[in-house]
Amino acid sequence: MSVHQFIQDTIDQNPVVLFMKGEAMAPMCGFSAYVARVLQHYGVEFKDVNVLETEELRQGIKDFTNWPTIPQLYVNGEFIGGADIVRDMHEEDELAAVLKKAEE
Amino acid sequence: MPLPKETIEQMIKEALPDANIELEDLADDNDHYAVTITSSAFRGKGRIEQHRMIFDALKGRMGNELHALAIKTVAAGEDE
Repeated sequence: MSVHQFIQDTIDQNPVVLFMKGEAMAPMCGFSAYVARVLQHYGVEFKDVNVLETEELRQGIKDFTNWPTIPQLYVNGEFIGGADIVRDMHEEDELAAVLKKAEE
Repeated sequence: MPLPKETIEQMIKEALPDANIELEDLADDNDHYAVTITSSAFRGKGRIEQHRMIFDALKGRMGNELHALAIKTVAAGEDE
């Protein structure tokens, strides 16, 4: 299975997906840790994908999304943003509504 | 090879001439920055599109030489 297909399947099969460095319980980068914590703060279940597992995945997600950094948050198959945008939405009280849609 | 502050500011200015750029070197190491960019070019665009404009301005350095640049975009003229 190609990395592209793996990514597509993962975001199709999971309402909330966080492509990150490390795992939710053991993040390996401040930005990834931040987004995982925000999701936990909202009590949202999410699929964490450690992009450090293979170089192919680490580069593949950047190409897939056309976004140069990690982490990357997907909700209902749609790219929401990286750490900056998640922080901005959290601070502007816009994140809860987006995450709510994930439960439907 | 981290990126000096002036280079980042200049690259953003080239792409967004009217931009007001507040760039902070978080760790004094030319490698961890936070930047707030205010420009009328952001008006009517979503955050993802606004951030992509900055990535384009930085010509592929984002996520490479430029490891940690926290970006905040503000559309000039809209109520902040």
